Amino acid sequence: MATTDGAPRRDEQLQRRLARGEETALGELYDQLAPMVHGLAGRILADQTAAAQLTREIFAHVWEHPESFDPARGSLRSWLGALTHRRAVDRLRARRAEEAGFGGDAEEEIRTVATAARVQYVVASLPQPLRETIAESYYDGRTYQETARRLGISEQAAKQRMRLGLELLATELEQERARHRGPAPADAHRSGGQQPDGRRTDAQRTDGQRVGDSGRRTEGGGT
Amino acid sequence: MTITGEQHEALRSLLGAWALGAVPPREAADVEAHLSGCPECAEEGERLREAAGWLSVEEPLDQPAALRQQVLDWCLARRPADLPVPAWGVPYAAETAKLDALLRDLGPEEWQEVAELPWHGGTEYLRPAEVLCHLAAVDGYLAVALGLPDPVPGGPGAGSAPAAGRRVPPQEAALPPLPRVPQQGGPRWTRITDRTARLTAEQAGQPPQRVRARWRRHCHELVRSAALAPQGNTPVDFGFATVPLRDAFVDRAFECYMHGEDVARAVAYPYDPPAPQHLRLMIDLAVRMLPLALAGQRAAHPELTGAAVGVPDGWPDGGTGAGGRTGRQLRLVIDGPAAGEWLIPLDGPDAGPPGGEPVAAMVLDGLEFCQLAAAHRDPDRLPVGEHGDRAAIREVLRATPLLSRP
Repeated sequence: MATTDGAPRRDEQLQRRLARGEETALGELYDQLAPMVHGLAGRILADQTAAAQLTREIFAHVWEHPESFDPARGSLRSWLGALTHRRAVDRLRARRAEEAGFGGDAEEEIRTVATAARVQYVVASLPQPLRETIAESYYDGRTYQETARRLGISEQAAKQRMRLGLELLATELEQERARHRGPAPADAHRSGGQQPDGRRTDAQRTDGQRVGDSGRRTEGGGT
Repeated sequence: MTITGEQHEALRSLLGAWALGAVPPREAADVEAHLSGCPECAEEGERLREAAGWLSVEEPLDQPAALRQQVLDWCLARRPADLPVPAWGVPYAAETAKLDALLRDLGPEEWQEVAELPWHGGTEYLRPAEVLCHLAAVDGYLAVALGLPDPVPGGPGAGSAPAAGRRVPPQEAALPPLPRVPQQGGPRWTRITDRTARLTAEQAGQPPQRVRARWRRHCHELVRSAALAPQGNTPVDFGFATVPLRDAFVDRAFECYMHGEDVARAVAYPYDPPAPQHLRLMIDLAVRMLPLALAGQRAAHPELTGAAVGVPDGWPDGGTGAGGRTGRQLRLVIDGPAAGEWLIPLDGPDAGPPGGEPVAAMVLDGLEFCQLAAAHRDPDRLPVGEHGDRAAIREVLRATPLLSRP
């Protein structure tokens, strides 16, 4: 089929196909976003059954109400990420409330868990080159020189990717904290998160522009 | 200590690596010395280090492969699809999704691992991206049948005469040899191996994740097209056999499962078996293909066919069980989640229609049967419950791996 690499257009096409009741669209949606939804749910809820249930619920929501996604306001990924995050935190709260007598720092703990999950989500949605560079160095304990060699990039590129990747995370952290300080967002869209220095994650587009417009760009990722 | 703007920029560019602990000690000391005198860098360094502190080494929960079907079923129960995927296309959708999930997590080194893909004529050694080329090359037959472009450069028949109308090829059926005949496999498989080679050559040098993305796109397109041809009658010409689309999809699901497991073994990841209802379709297809394998075995090795020993033309009649013009049959009892029973005709069409009491029954696990059909098990060492004519059971067990191909 058409090979556009515009993520917004893909999101809209997928939404249309979901609205038409195409089972294949549901399958593709799952394949594309289940790792994120299930991973986020799992990190917050730390429970296999609860994560599976929430995953089911999130996809059923999209399948039953594909119209509730507004492509003008962000990518499908960021919308589902925010929806999953919000519902998972709600569940965690409900669970904590059940275990009453837990004391005043339950809320603090929820915040910590939610923030950590959010950061993991951001890491997971970083452009592949940034993600693998961070993974090589941080998780595998290699120096930037070794990382550069293993990925076949210049040392300069490795340093840049590490700095940029962490910068994206730091910005996300600040937003996450601001969100917890301020009133809880009623709207899932807001937490999709714009990135620093005007960069946008894969599918976000400029200011409410309708999709299908030209001038869209894909994430450079930087090699 | 004063430093030049250039040194400042050089140290500043190290801050990300420094925050990740990815800077060798001597350079790290330089960075830290600089931080104490440069508020701008100190602030950024602190900010990045804080961010790095949130990187967690804890793994997320594993996403169980069975979850996909559960979620889809849950959704479809709440809102039935207007354009459903035919039941025969679902195993393919599920197996390709499972393989894709495995590949998504592969690191650069794991993409270099070599997977062993045994079949009854030998073993292929392929890297994960090459396995994808192989899968895509054969999937291309379905694409062509559905009117989609063939992913393989040169098209389905390039370099080989079409095997039109050959529904039941004898084991040694010879197709015109290709200029580049692979070492193993024999002429029957040259079209497949040649297509794999051409696609692999075309994709060589591509980043593995791009090969994966391309393969994945083809899979999605195939399933979408299948949803538009729900009858599944469209003939698919594999070169060595022509089967209806619905069987071709199950065949592709089966091969994707086996090779997914081959890749998983190479990179030491766990790999879940197919869902029971999908496994059942795969077993059913293998069982329906078995008479061909039996015929091939008889033609190639009359001495191996149990009850046929000593019968000159290889068609036993009246050896054990039913005499006259009734073909013998064997009862296959599959254990495990995909449990079921099948009757397998043992003798060729010359022996008359299969009927009468089965001469033997054999009981084995559904997954083991699939492993056997893929030549991933030794038929002589497989744990099988046997009742009745042991020679007939041996014959079927030894013929089953012949269903495999490169």
